[in-house]
Amino acid sequence: MAGLSKVLVIGSGPIIIGQAAEFDYAGAQACKSLREEGITTVLVNSNPATIMTDEGIADIVYIEPLTVEVVERIIERERPEGLLPTLGGQTGLNLAVELADTGILDKYNVRMLGTPLETIKKAEERSLFKQLILEIGEPIPESVTVNTVGEAREFALSIGLPLIVRPSYTLGGTGGGIVHTMAELEATVENGLASSMSHQVLVERCLLGWKEIEYEVMRDAADNCITICNMENIDPMGVHTGDSIVVAPSQTLTDKEYQMLRSASLKIIRALRIEGGCNIQFALTPGPVVARKWAPDQLNADGSQYYIIEVNPRVSRSSALASKATGYPIARVAAKIAAGKRLDEIPNRVTGKTMAVFEPALDYCVIKIPRWPFDKFAGGDRTLGSQMKATGEVMAIERCFEAGLQKAVRSLEIGRRSLLWEDKSWSDADGHINYPLHANDMRLWALMAALRRKMDPEQLAEQTGIDPWFLHKMSNIVKLEQRLLSEDLNPELLWQAKRLGFSDEQISTLGDMLPDQVRQLRNRWNIKPVYKMVDTCAAEFDAETPYFYSTYEVENEAESLTGSKAVVIGSGPIRIGQGIEFDYCSVHSAWALKEAGYKSIMVNSNPETVSTDFDTSDRLYFEPLDGESVLDILENENSKLLVSAFTPSVLQFGGQTAINLAASLSRNNSPILGSNAEIIDLAEDRRRFEDFLNHQGIPQPPGTGVTTISQGQEVARTLGYPVLVRPSYVLGGRGMEITQNQEELTRYMEQALELDERHPILIDKYFEGKEVEVDAVSDGTDVLIPGIMEHIERTGVHSGDSIAVYPAAGLSKDEANTLVDYTVRTGLALGIKGLMNIQFVIMRGNSGEQSSIYMLEVNPRASRTIPFISKVTGVPMVRIATKVMLGISLREQGYKTGLYGKKALVGVKAPVFSMSKLTGVDTYLSPEMKSTGEVMGIDLTYEAALAKALIAAGLMLPSQGALLFSIADKNKAEALPIIRGFYDLGYQIYATRGTADMIKEHDMDVKAISRKLNEGHPNIVEIIGSGSVVGVVNTVTGGRIPLQDGFHIRRASTERRIPCFTSLDTAGAVLKVLSQGSQSYNVKPLSQYLGS
Amino acid sequence: MSGKAILALVDGTVYRGEAFGAETTAFGEIIFITSMTGYQEMLTDPSFAGQIVVPTYPLIGNYGINPDDVESAKIQVRGFVLREYCPVPSNRRSEGTLEDYLKEANIPGLSGIDTRSLTRHIRSKGVMMGILTSDLTSGEALHELKQLPDYGDTDFVREVSIANAFEWEGGQKRQTYRYNMVIVDMGLRFNIARILSRLGCRVTVVPCTFSSQEILAMQPDGVVLSPGPGNPALLDYAIENIKGLLGKKPVLGICLGHQLIGRAFGADTFKLKFGHRGANHPVCDLATGKVHITSQNHGYAIDADTLKGGLQVSHINLNDGTIEGLRHSSMPIISIQYHAEGSPGPQDNTYIFDRFLQMVSEVKG
Repeated sequence: MAGLSKVLVIGSGPIIIGQAAEFDYAGAQACKSLREEGITTVLVNSNPATIMTDEGIADIVYIEPLTVEVVERIIERERPEGLLPTLGGQTGLNLAVELADTGILDKYNVRMLGTPLETIKKAEERSLFKQLILEIGEPIPESVTVNTVGEAREFALSIGLPLIVRPSYTLGGTGGGIVHTMAELEATVENGLASSMSHQVLVERCLLGWKEIEYEVMRDAADNCITICNMENIDPMGVHTGDSIVVAPSQTLTDKEYQMLRSASLKIIRALRIEGGCNIQFALTPGPVVARKWAPDQLNADGSQYYIIEVNPRVSRSSALASKATGYPIARVAAKIAAGKRLDEIPNRVTGKTMAVFEPALDYCVIKIPRWPFDKFAGGDRTLGSQMKATGEVMAIERCFEAGLQKAVRSLEIGRRSLLWEDKSWSDADGHINYPLHANDMRLWALMAALRRKMDPEQLAEQTGIDPWFLHKMSNIVKLEQRLLSEDLNPELLWQAKRLGFSDEQISTLGDMLPDQVRQLRNRWNIKPVYKMVDTCAAEFDAETPYFYSTYEVENEAESLTGSKAVVIGSGPIRIGQGIEFDYCSVHSAWALKEAGYKSIMVNSNPETVSTDFDTSDRLYFEPLDGESVLDILENENSKLLVSAFTPSVLQFGGQTAINLAASLSRNNSPILGSNAEIIDLAEDRRRFEDFLNHQGIPQPPGTGVTTISQGQEVARTLGYPVLVRPSYVLGGRGMEITQNQEELTRYMEQALELDERHPILIDKYFEGKEVEVDAVSDGTDVLIPGIMEHIERTGVHSGDSIAVYPAAGLSKDEANTLVDYTVRTGLALGIKGLMNIQFVIMRGNSGEQSSIYMLEVNPRASRTIPFISKVTGVPMVRIATKVMLGISLREQGYKTGLYGKKALVGVKAPVFSMSKLTGVDTYLSPEMKSTGEVMGIDLTYEAALAKALIAAGLMLPSQGALLFSIADKNKAEALPIIRGFYDLGYQIYATRGTADMIKEHDMDVKAISRKLNEGHPNIVEIIGSGSVVGVVNTVTGGRIPLQDGFHIRRASTERRIPCFTSLDTAGAVLKVLSQGSQSYNVKPLSQYLGS
Repeated sequence: MSGKAILALVDGTVYRGEAFGAETTAFGEIIFITSMTGYQEMLTDPSFAGQIVVPTYPLIGNYGINPDDVESAKIQVRGFVLREYCPVPSNRRSEGTLEDYLKEANIPGLSGIDTRSLTRHIRSKGVMMGILTSDLTSGEALHELKQLPDYGDTDFVREVSIANAFEWEGGQKRQTYRYNMVIVDMGLRFNIARILSRLGCRVTVVPCTFSSQEILAMQPDGVVLSPGPGNPALLDYAIENIKGLLGKKPVLGICLGHQLIGRAFGADTFKLKFGHRGANHPVCDLATGKVHITSQNHGYAIDADTLKGGLQVSHINLNDGTIEGLRHSSMPIISIQYHAEGSPGPQDNTYIFDRFLQMVSEVKG
């Protein structure tokens, strides 16, 4: 393609449900791929926790909000010839469409690359899509596109219920759903119309229970077409594919069915004239067992019928999965195609011998299981449907389905839950059992439990719509469980158990042993995993991909790497509290190892990420991140039996997942690079850490652990309310609450003790003060602090949900000095080698009094803020820390102790939530983290940076309209100036009764919403739902009993997709931006802010 | 399915697993195939005569056996070697299990072995003879192997070809046919007949021993030389007949048929180290520059350096550059090394049949 020298790539923005790390993977691959072609890449993304926004990936990086206005300014400045819209998920695609529709692309002569605009519209706009598919003679379910609820009703009357509702142009199916009644239909269509960019909703025939099959297809400009992979959803139609357990390749399709859908896929990609990749979803007639209940009209039909359900004309979560499942780098190849290359001109980097124009052959089975956030939001609606709810996913590769499934379950890291787990509530005292077999996040375990109770696999298939093939495989697992329970373990039985994917821990549970004993037996009987290569070609060609998975077979293909090397433990699936930031860190650590002359070996289970790209490290093991799997890998890499020559592991970058392995590695004499297991334990064991701080003379909030309610009440009385309570056995803010009085404390303790009476509950004095945090790197002699981050929200809001500002302009010199002193002393005294993150609270007395600084916690590892602080200070924290761990001191790297020089810029990190997707979950900010992603605003002034962060996070209010206030009594006085501020800016004020009274008393006009939920109409939820207000400020009254009005206010604003501020600090920050009128911000490449 | 069985290779390598299917002994050339679906089509593909087939995809038997997905009247493979056999299949068309299917045909299977290791072994050492047995010890099996004829020295075409000519009745009966087509059965895959029939041809299948005079006497509009098993260098009788057709009638050669056209014009064939067997081979059509994904099953290929007699390369394999198709500079002859009929495998190449029929129509005028 002549003349293509500069291309703009749009990223996908913050991680939200439906749009996770897969787009960092795709974007990073594509940028590298385009640069190889000599094309200058300009990248825009608002998400700092991405590899794609780092130096070395794109040529010019903008970390700016993804809005039409911002991107137009970038285009004006950079004048790219092409725009690649297909790599930034739905966000990127929607933005590209807007840029085209508003004439901006034409104005600056920017060509849309890869997929033509008309194609995007055809694939995305239901009516056009339907027309196109019918034109090429492919089947599509009967449907109608509606703009009103009335039209939807009419359709329902003609073809009957149930129906499925899908809004156009949304993320991860937002706002859609399956409706069984007219009332459900009306509500869902209304919601869908509100969330659709084009105010269109598709209502179509419901294919519940049909098989759901996906194909990943590629096409080049010369019309060469290939399929990369097909995938079979174990959950039948009705569950969003992002929420389905998926297997690749398909297992229950004959060649005739496989080719029928493959041929249809090629026909569709040709008709759409896509240049690049696309994902096509099909519904296929279920087998007879399932059809009996779900599709009786298909029972006697001839052959298999199929329908085309959906086409995504871009890289997607599925294409990332297909890339990892096959080894075929879809995004990389798609980018080359967009740049004008043909498939037969692009080398297959996996074999190095063949070209990209071939279809991968798998000789293993891949299983993906979504990672849902219900371990955090147990109260949320756990039912799965057309609205995706998972935050991330895991993938496992094995030679048989059973082992793959069990490995994937191990990879989920839901506690230590294996397939043996059953919920106590499934059977009551009388032995009545009630397994949750409807589509929900626990269905897999429920099915296992049902099979254990001798329920017939075919009957379960009929009930759930899951193909009997999968249930028979699961019953194979149950059968072996029973043998392990009843027979003495011998080499033959152990071999079979390992072949079916039983972990040592499961085997030990069933055989009444300790997991280490099973490991010893495996050693004695020489039952060890081998590692096989993912080579795209089922061993037909000699390949050199360093991409491996474990299995129990004969031949090992992964001979231990020679030379200096280290294993980087990744962070597993994306979940709330452990997101893409840790993948960012893992990738940088692998790169730093290489830079220092070490071979890097990556272990991870997450298919969405850059870390599991096969060329990120020298070797990739796609494996669960538990002790057994990591120790097996280390043994495989330990070529010599000399302990001194054991391969070391890097644990600091894989979040809590990696840190949790420290003890087990240490017990097995496995060396840990950087801070060792003892240091980690000292920082993480509450009692030891308390002693440590006392010894250092560093204050921390007083508190203690209790095991009974009366003890708890006693302790809280002594400390004085409010107190922060949390269980001692979970980390990452799970189950943490602030209780204001004895009543709340008692309720909390009753619930917590019911769940677990063995572990103490920790009660700390809660200081409501200014929260700050630092990341630091220590080499044992020096401690470097790149910057201090100040939170906008006071303590009590989880640091991951707070807006963080660099530099911390609100601190006095003394305060900053104290923070630095505490940090340096802590780092040195703990003996930290590598990274640590410390959180502090600053309590300010009355004027003149010195403030007190308390240390809240120390994490001896990389934190969530590492990508942010690295980007805004220009200090590459992970690279420095990795080198420190290898023995290269900070001084040798050119750094010294203390606070690094402040940059003349302001960086603001703001959280992004996915609450509209999680029905039933309360959205208020609390010590429990709830956000799924983050954005960064960077500029020369605080107001401009904050404005950009708020815009990018979707928290910015329109410049006029009405705001609703519902403020708890305890916050009323504090809220007043904020309300006044908005009032003075010209916003209309709505308020609930008590709040309205206060506002009136202060001479402001206010519209009081007098009706509570149960007091007639219009009540407060209806006011929000009607769109009368553009934002809500609501503080929590305490007690937090669901069904309170506050909960409904918050949910209603979430459903309505308007900002709802539950912290006055956030509302104050928004007010500040609005009142300073700093809508005028810069749009510049990151490097220019940094002054390089 | 319970007993033990072994697979012993002529180089002394032995794989141990569980017997399934018939508990008997079979020998043959060990080959691997990378198609992930289509085991029933593989089993019934006459090109696998004399071979023990190893699918590289580990889970086989998942969707059972049905009456329709057959490429010939019986199982043609000598043995079937798997990582895992699925005893409880699931598919709306399934009417039985793979195990029963093999048992009925007295074909042995072996499951539970590291097929990837076996594939890598064949890839690096080349295809070789082996014995699949649940009766013999490994020592006995290896001894037996030494006595057996080599795959490359056996004419399997006579074994798989039909005895008497017949008219294909798979398609719908028509009043009038576009063309009269004769297929020379050297190991016909039914899907070729199905496709020609679907395209409006009256299809007659004749044995490989039919002479060119007999074929010409049927007054066909075109002749298709079918795929088939084994070494094309052993088939001089067939080549003689083919020579009698070339230039007289439009001819389409597929796989073995393609190799024999080459030999008929004096080209040499050679044995590939481990063959092309799978459903993912990229082939470039030199006439259009387009690349198509093809289904392949062959162990021999035409030596490009020996092409003569007006034959020109029309298609090449993008993996290893070998010849995938030929056309003649003046005569109405085209041939392809791969399987345009797929089954198992992609349906992307049926354009070859259209191209052939176009040629037939031009000749017919």
